[in-house]
Amino acid sequence: MYQTTYHRPATLDEAIKLGSNDEAKYLSGGQTLIPTMKQRLASPESLVDLSGLSELQGIRADGGSLSIGAGMTHADVASSAQVREMIPALADLAGGIGDPHVRNMGTLGGSVANNDPSADYPAAVLALNATIYTNKREISADSFFNGLFETVLEEGEIITRISFPVPSKANYQKFDSPASRYALVGVFAARTDGNCRVAVTGAGNDGVFRMEAAEGALSASWSADSVGKNRPDPDDMIVDLHGTGEYRAHLVNVLAKRAVTAA
Amino acid sequence: MGAEGLGARVLRKEDKRFITGRGRYTDDYDLKDTTYAAFVRSPHAHARIKNIDVSAAEAAPGVVAVLTGSQLTDDKIGGMICGWMVHSKDGSPMNAGAHPAIAVDIVKHVGDQVAVVIAETNGQARDAAELVEVDYEELPAVVNLKAAVKDGAPQLHPEAANNISFDWAIGEKDATEAAFAAAANVVSMDITNNRLVPNPMEPRVAIGSYDPAEEHYTLYNTSQNPHLARLILSAFVGVAPEHKLRVIAPDVGGGFGSKIFVYPEETVCLWASKRIGGRPVKWTSDRTEAFLVDAHGRDHVTEAEMALDENNKITGLRVHTLANIGAYMSTFSSAVPTYLHATLLSGQYNIPNIYAEIDAVYTNTSPVDAYRGAGRPEATYVVERLMETAARQLGISPVELRRTNFITEFPHQTPVIMAYDAGDYEASLSAALSASDYDAFETRREEARSRGKLRGIGLSCYIEACGIAPSAAVGSLGAGVGLWESAEIRVNPVGTVEVLTGSHSHGQGHETTFAQLVNERLGIPIENVQIVHGDTDKVQFGMGTYGSRSGAVGMSAISKALDKIEAKTKKLAAHLLEASEADIVIEGGQVKVAGTDQALGFHEVALAAYTAHNMPEGMEPGLKEGAFYDPTNFTFPAGSYVCEVEVDPETGRTEIVQFVAADDFGTIINPMIVDGQVHGGLAQGIGQALLEGCVYDEDTGQLITASFMDYTMPRADDLPNFQVSTTKTECPGNPLGMKGCGEAGAIGSPPAVINAITDAIGNNNLSMPATPLKVWQALQQTSAAAE
Ligand SMILES: Cc1cc2nc3c(=O)[nH]c(=O)nc-3n(C[C@H](O)[C@H](O)[C@H](O)COP(=O)(O)OP(=O)(O)OC[C@H]3O[C@@H](n4cnc5c(N)ncnc54)[C@H](O)[C@@H]3O)c2cc1C
Repeated sequence: MYQTTYHRPATLDEAIKLGSNDEAKYLSGGQTLIPTMKQRLASPESLVDLSGLSELQGIRADGGSLSIGAGMTHADVASSAQVREMIPALADLAGGIGDPHVRNMGTLGGSVANNDPSADYPAAVLALNATIYTNKREISADSFFNGLFETVLEEGEIITRISFPVPSKANYQKFDSPASRYALVGVFAARTDGNCRVAVTGAGNDGVFRMEAAEGALSASWSADSVGKNRPDPDDMIVDLHGTGEYRAHLVNVLAKRAVTAA
Repeated sequence: MGAEGLGARVLRKEDKRFITGRGRYTDDYDLKDTTYAAFVRSPHAHARIKNIDVSAAEAAPGVVAVLTGSQLTDDKIGGMICGWMVHSKDGSPMNAGAHPAIAVDIVKHVGDQVAVVIAETNGQARDAAELVEVDYEELPAVVNLKAAVKDGAPQLHPEAANNISFDWAIGEKDATEAAFAAAANVVSMDITNNRLVPNPMEPRVAIGSYDPAEEHYTLYNTSQNPHLARLILSAFVGVAPEHKLRVIAPDVGGGFGSKIFVYPEETVCLWASKRIGGRPVKWTSDRTEAFLVDAHGRDHVTEAEMALDENNKITGLRVHTLANIGAYMSTFSSAVPTYLHATLLSGQYNIPNIYAEIDAVYTNTSPVDAYRGAGRPEATYVVERLMETAARQLGISPVELRRTNFITEFPHQTPVIMAYDAGDYEASLSAALSASDYDAFETRREEARSRGKLRGIGLSCYIEACGIAPSAAVGSLGAGVGLWESAEIRVNPVGTVEVLTGSHSHGQGHETTFAQLVNERLGIPIENVQIVHGDTDKVQFGMGTYGSRSGAVGMSAISKALDKIEAKTKKLAAHLLEASEADIVIEGGQVKVAGTDQALGFHEVALAAYTAHNMPEGMEPGLKEGAFYDPTNFTFPAGSYVCEVEVDPETGRTEIVQFVAADDFGTIINPMIVDGQVHGGLAQGIGQALLEGCVYDEDTGQLITASFMDYTMPRADDLPNFQVSTTKTECPGNPLGMKGCGEAGAIGSPPAVINAITDAIGNNNLSMPATPLKVWQALQQTSAAAE
């Protein structure tokens, strides 16, 4: 790891001040950033630790939505009675991320800001049509993700909370990549106010995406049959050691059916 | 059996310090004034070094020195050696190319050493290493075995035409051809044994320390065999004279073979310490370096054929293997695909004719050498995949085919050197079949089908050779060293005991099992026994631990030394008790006159030996004895494994739902430790079958699986609850009847797993690791064929 300067601001304003230059990086759970720095692939001059900010904490009901602070760890979400009651699929998703070490450190905000194409949370954010709140604005899920590791977040912008509308049915099916246990393919299917959305992570070579072709049929009839033979184009899939395009496209179909059945 | 003697399930003495974080590993040693080494490594698989500019690195903060290969050459430090000479079919010696500790003109694999930076801190060394500017001219690289032997392939060493270091053969070619010509049935297969990265939990570490006043060197090193390291570093590499070099291998966190070898890094640390005036030089590998430069395992591509007569008796076996040796020949790399592999191709079966050809092939990859099982897993995989495939092809039960061909009389001379001394293969097979309820399998298959799962069952009846080995025999086969073991027993005046052994524990539990042997013989509690190992200044000599040899060879040496201790104890006690030596027995810590109540505590006799006030005529004071033990044969552990799997046909994911192991290890010292060894071996064998596979990019030679993000290590939840048991035939060749248990699990399990999966999916065309992707693809093939 290269030398860096560590800050732990107590207020959001202070954090933004420290974070608004291209040599600084925000640090949440550090489960992505620190390994990258240790491998000398990132060398921020300063780290601005967000874990002291009260604005990023807490889980609460907010009308028909569940509002989760960006600083909540995967373990917080997995073990929250409120999440379990309102959106059990989200608690299950968080409980299936990484291992206990990762879940006790990694955060919702860090994961969503990072937008790893194989991360789990982006599928939930997109399928549940969540709203991402930052220090500046609110952003809808459909316009937030911008390809591999890219989002519409501007320099220095901090995710503070994410608000998830509560679905009537939802389920997340994850097929682990054997080595990393990130999603080789993950499918989040949800029905909210009669509208169905299916989001796929791990598979797309442009990051998380919606399986719109199946959504209409599912809105009409929530059953595995509605997914039918729908699957993405293998040419649009990530190809690596553990999955070809054909295999990933096939798994998307299998997991979408399983998610709908299990929801 | 006493509470702590042979056969007792005592807890491991060493675990207290390991579990409480008080183990003392090489990296835990902080010598005064230590400097830190960072290696500049090649980013290319094959390239000519046109220029190295170290000026910026030398000027960087904290840098003590930047050293390159030409300085190593100036100081007349030799290259790394391969210590086992193998000859090609035509009688010519193997063509081992040079292996400099730091590359001079050409780098031959990604990660090859190009320079070393020594600095005040590890961070400064790494920062400065990035400032060393190397001008490379890239050369075409080859990583694939079949591509490497083709005409026109990139060449690694001028000595080795077509990249072949040697083409070796064993067995009778003509007789085997004749057997095939006369066969009623022939089974042929192409078999790949996947390349593995050892990944011990503790990465390698070396601290070289030179004392200019004494002109003496000390090396702290993660080694499985410190004496061998000292011998090679002094006699062959020439870094230091043997009497001026002390090698210490303290607690070592696993090796699996990868810490047998003498590597460039420890050579460089010793040499560099002298170059910089005597400050210690420490190198600690990180995980990425471990992936790149620790010697890998396996990597065979094989064509195998089995001939059978009309009664399903095997009449011949023919094998041609390309064995990847990587870019350089590592310490024992020549022995692994030859004498540790092809000599086991008879398996548990009576096979009258065997002929095997092995071509050792250079590629632009990390060197390949012994890894848990070393050659024997490859042999077992060939034989046991062939057996299962033959049974399917002939339409008979795989159990019956094995029974028809089992060796039942001992000793048995195979056509490939090995003479099996004892065994009962039917006993372990029956034990495994009944433990797995093999006969009721079809019911379970049906039940699984009703849940949408494909269930399959697979067998593997392995044999292996441990306890390497009679020195004269391995010498005649080309080994550069003898493979005996030494031991010294020091009884202290108060009756406590130190055992100095040339074996080296790096997870095996020697501090417990060796003490159990002393308890069995002298009756003193194991807490009064200290096992001393891993230091060339303390232990006179030893060959170290690998090939499951510490029980069969190391403990045999201890046993012989204990014979001498007992003899002297009895003689002295007879004198003190005024009894006849023949009447003295040692029991429960007492030295007694049999049939009387006359006795002395063992500690009283020990004290008498040291006070020497009242000794028999001519007896020397003290109670200390040493012994060297040279085995008379290999030992032959064997067993039967049954694996049962369920495959999800939609995803290709395999779950192991049952795994049964029935092993014959001969005499067992501590069944708990043996269970642990089998569990660990099975985890690695199942890892090879399902999960682990080292992959290089075929065009660039980059290591694709260079971290745990891409290389799948087995995790606890990948594994079932193992059902392990043992049957027993004693090894007649050593005093304790022991065979060895450290590698069996890794040797026997891969074919059982693949036999089970191929049974489940109805497609025999499946290579390791059987990842969900590959199993799904094989299922696609099956259904395409059915259409
Ligand atoms: C071994 C291992 C296994 C893992 N397995 C999985 C898995 O199965 N599934 C999965 O989804 N993930 C997995 N992860 C990733 C893990 O979930 C990370 O926690 C997550 O991706 C990043 O969250 P973090 O809080 O650690 O962020 P950090 O690493 O601290 O930061 C990541 C990035 O986000 C930025 N950032 C952080 N917080 C904010 C914020 N509030 N606003 C704006 N930007 C911010 C940082 O500047 C940085 O660029 C794994 C990680 C490891 C180490």
